[in-house]
Amino acid sequence: MAEYFAMSGYAAHVWSSFALTLALLVLNIVWARRSLRSARAEARRRFEMEKVS
Amino acid sequence: MSWAWFHRFGSAPYFYRVAGRLTPWFAWPAGILIAIGLYGALVVAPPDYQQSETVRIMYVHVPTAWLSLMTYSWMAVAAAVGLIWRIKVAHAVAAACAPAGATFTAVALASGMIWGQPTWGTWWAWEPRVIFELVLLLFFLGYLGLRGAIDDPTRADRTSAVLAIVGIVNVPIIHYSVEWWNTLHQPASILKSGGPSMPWVMLWPLLVMWLGFTCYFFVIMLTRARAEVLRRERGGSWVRNLLSQDGVAGSA
Repeated sequence: MAEYFAMSGYAAHVWSSFALTLALLVLNIVWARRSLRSARAEARRRFEMEKVS
Repeated sequence: MSWAWFHRFGSAPYFYRVAGRLTPWFAWPAGILIAIGLYGALVVAPPDYQQSETVRIMYVHVPTAWLSLMTYSWMAVAAAVGLIWRIKVAHAVAAACAPAGATFTAVALASGMIWGQPTWGTWWAWEPRVIFELVLLLFFLGYLGLRGAIDDPTRADRTSAVLAIVGIVNVPIIHYSVEWWNTLHQPASILKSGGPSMPWVMLWPLLVMWLGFTCYFFVIMLTRARAEVLRRERGGSWVRNLLSQDGVAGSA
């Protein structure tokens, strides 16, 4: 197992590129969902303000 | 051929609803395919006889680079559709591609650097494919900067669309750069005449990753495009109906 993780001496290269790419995929999901949520909240605020005035 | 579907997608409420329904149909395959692809890349595929274990970086670098090109192509085509037919939803799709596309391009460059260090002996080489991928990043950033600098949304859409369309010439240049110039970068291994040059056991994890990343693109694009459509239409009556339907809690 330790031998596998060592990637014949290229552990830093292999694992950092995989970690970086997975972080990219996860973060873009988080950002996209956050953007949709904030757009909804913005629209709702506008809607509520119109109701008051 | 009937163009009814085309016009229906141009309608903001229809697009918002259908995009929301489609998203899980891309999200599940994306998750499953990427998980299988990772297993294939890290466990099944053997080390390369020349590159040893560093060849595994290919399984994240190539799909990410593909993702950056696909995102740009969608952005440019959507921008052109928006400009020619004056469809607001198309401009929203174009605007949705840019922020994600910039991060895809940056990470494709970064994983390329990590792969380049052991295989080329240097982190950074000024060679054609690297330079044009860097140009792609500049186009994404330029597009975002331009949009941010123009207050009027319609003018921002139209001006940034022109920039997106101009930048599309870069996409085939990146694709063919390894054929046109004799460079450090590896030539194509999959899309080439005579079929792929890799044994099947190394090829299938790459194909599965590629398919997974393609599905993933649609998850991001559809989610962000819905947010863009909502921002543009927030005063519209359909948005009001939508918000009153899901009450205070509100779900995505």
